[in-house]
Amino acid sequence: MTTTVNPPTPEQQQGIGTRLRHGREAISQRWHDAPRWVRWAALVALIAFFYALPNKEFYQYLGPIPTTGSNFTQVLFTVSIYVLLAVGLNIVVGFAGLLDLGYFGFFAVGAYTVAVLTSPSSNLKTLWPWLLVVPIAIALTMVSGIMLGTPTLRLRGDYLALVTLGFAEMIRIAAVSSDFLKGQRGFNQIPHPPGKYADGKPFFGVLDARPYYWLVLTLIILVVLGVRNLTHSRVGRAWISIREDEDAAQLMGVPTFKFKLWAFASGAAIAGLAGALFAGKQNFVNSQNFELLNSIIILAAVILGGSGNIVGAIVGGGLVAYMIERFRGIELFGTELYEYRFLFFGVVLVVMMIFRPQGIIPNRRRAAEFKDRRKEVIVGE
Amino acid sequence: MSDTERTPVVPAQADAPMVETLPAREPLLEVDHVTLRFGGVVALNDVDFTLYKGEILGLIGPNGAGKTTCFNAMTGIYQPSEGQIRFRGEKISGKKRHQITQLGMARTFQNIRLFPEMTALENVQVGADAHHRTSVVSALFRLPRHRREEREGREKAERLLEFVGIRPRMHEFARNLSYGEQRRLEIARALATDPVLLCLDEPAAGFNPAEKEELLQLIRQIRDTGVTVLLIEHDMRLVMGVTDRIVVLEFGKKIAEGLPAEVRDNPKVVAAYLGVPDDAA
Repeated sequence: MTTTVNPPTPEQQQGIGTRLRHGREAISQRWHDAPRWVRWAALVALIAFFYALPNKEFYQYLGPIPTTGSNFTQVLFTVSIYVLLAVGLNIVVGFAGLLDLGYFGFFAVGAYTVAVLTSPSSNLKTLWPWLLVVPIAIALTMVSGIMLGTPTLRLRGDYLALVTLGFAEMIRIAAVSSDFLKGQRGFNQIPHPPGKYADGKPFFGVLDARPYYWLVLTLIILVVLGVRNLTHSRVGRAWISIREDEDAAQLMGVPTFKFKLWAFASGAAIAGLAGALFAGKQNFVNSQNFELLNSIIILAAVILGGSGNIVGAIVGGGLVAYMIERFRGIELFGTELYEYRFLFFGVVLVVMMIFRPQGIIPNRRRAAEFKDRRKEVIVGE
Repeated sequence: MSDTERTPVVPAQADAPMVETLPAREPLLEVDHVTLRFGGVVALNDVDFTLYKGEILGLIGPNGAGKTTCFNAMTGIYQPSEGQIRFRGEKISGKKRHQITQLGMARTFQNIRLFPEMTALENVQVGADAHHRTSVVSALFRLPRHRREEREGREKAERLLEFVGIRPRMHEFARNLSYGEQRRLEIARALATDPVLLCLDEPAAGFNPAEKEELLQLIRQIRDTGVTVLLIEHDMRLVMGVTDRIVVLEFGKKIAEGLPAEVRDNPKVVAAYLGVPDDAA
């Protein structure tokens, strides 16, 4: 310190940043160089970890990870729903490049479909079982996605964002004010998913959130496999080419409208599934579940995690939903941190946009792009 | 006639009576008295020419003559205000852009428009997908059709990258390729759509003479595989060296059409390119 003329602080910070970056690169390099079985083993271990997570016998050893202000298993369920939503929105925003600000509207459609068709408080009084209604909810959400998409996907960029924002608000206001959707009073006694233990007690009960979490976790894995298949096909290439240059894509024979509609419909279907799971767990659905803010949170999660990357979306969705809950029960200067959760997210997003606009785990394309810029800088030096 | 030495192509001449005497001249693209207006500006004024199967047609003209506009009208980006364009006997107007591509017309762009964050291979695969029928469902469950088309598309893409000479760079992102490689990649991507007609919009822009020579070779090879080529080009030498016939535009009007040698000596063309001397005006 004393003998050398040290560079001023900003550069020192940069030094730390570079070192961190090298560290991360080393990890990702090691991951790609590792033999196949090592990667599989790591993946299996990770999945096993998440299946084990909601057990108190397991998470009590995890130090500060379990939430203090609320039931941790309950929190895990919420987090898993957000992860599912982030994976779905990532198709629309990350792959096809369509800015959808009203994604939570599709979640609401899914949840309300289940509520209307199963709850005794519904005017329809169909009282169908939950499992039967789930495919209907998914199909109906897809249809609503196609209905919204058909006129609006001809629009581009900002206009699309505005229309989708309007869609989510329409759904919310319909839920608040229409008699059919029961507003604040909501629907109660929505049935749980089926399944019984050997002793006759229902597997999906009221008190224990674990089975629901495991169900969502399993569905996340299936959905991710499906999305992965799509992205490694003609469909995924079409989506990315639309994101990259819509005109050029059209002129190369990509039926862009059709594939944008598919992106919208697949995203919507996943949100519908999440909504159906939510309704089946909560037992109760009313208009307060579907605030506009939720759409923004999921979008923030996708961008934070790394738009266009499935793993990024999972990490982003998990992190954002978890942090919100983690703030509960932590007091600072006499106020609960939870009250300031959105301020915190605003700050995090701004900081991210400045220092890491590509997200925590960017897609490999963007990562490559940023790597190049660094290379250019080094050559320039 | 000097052009009989180009055996694969039937010599093409502008005069209509010749058509009857040469039955092999099958019209591929007919630009039929097309006028295109943007508000008060007439971008194309009664442009009329025909492109025959198997030839290399040059579309030239000074800057702002309407070459690219003509291209855009042909590929369905603009709708002609008057007249019509027929491709393989079918009217272009009213067709969607991807349908025109599926009919067999492919193009490159004056200012390169690749998909920058896709690899070279993926770029070409997008082109190959133009004729694929894999649905979302079969992609979702990796059904046999998906796997077959995926394999075929990839083989085709690799073959085309080999053809244009950038196969070793196929896993590179398009944005990371050099300028010349990007131009070649655009051609490969366009060829992947199995075109009958390939429209090249100033493919040699920014090339040095050696690269231009390579490009000439490539264009001839493409023609020899049976693809008709429409070439927009600034560089007169390149145009003269490779085209069978030339159409000259100026201020949105066709001012000349004919064999390269004829066009070169046409006083109107000379005037358009070099200006008219004061005393002749």
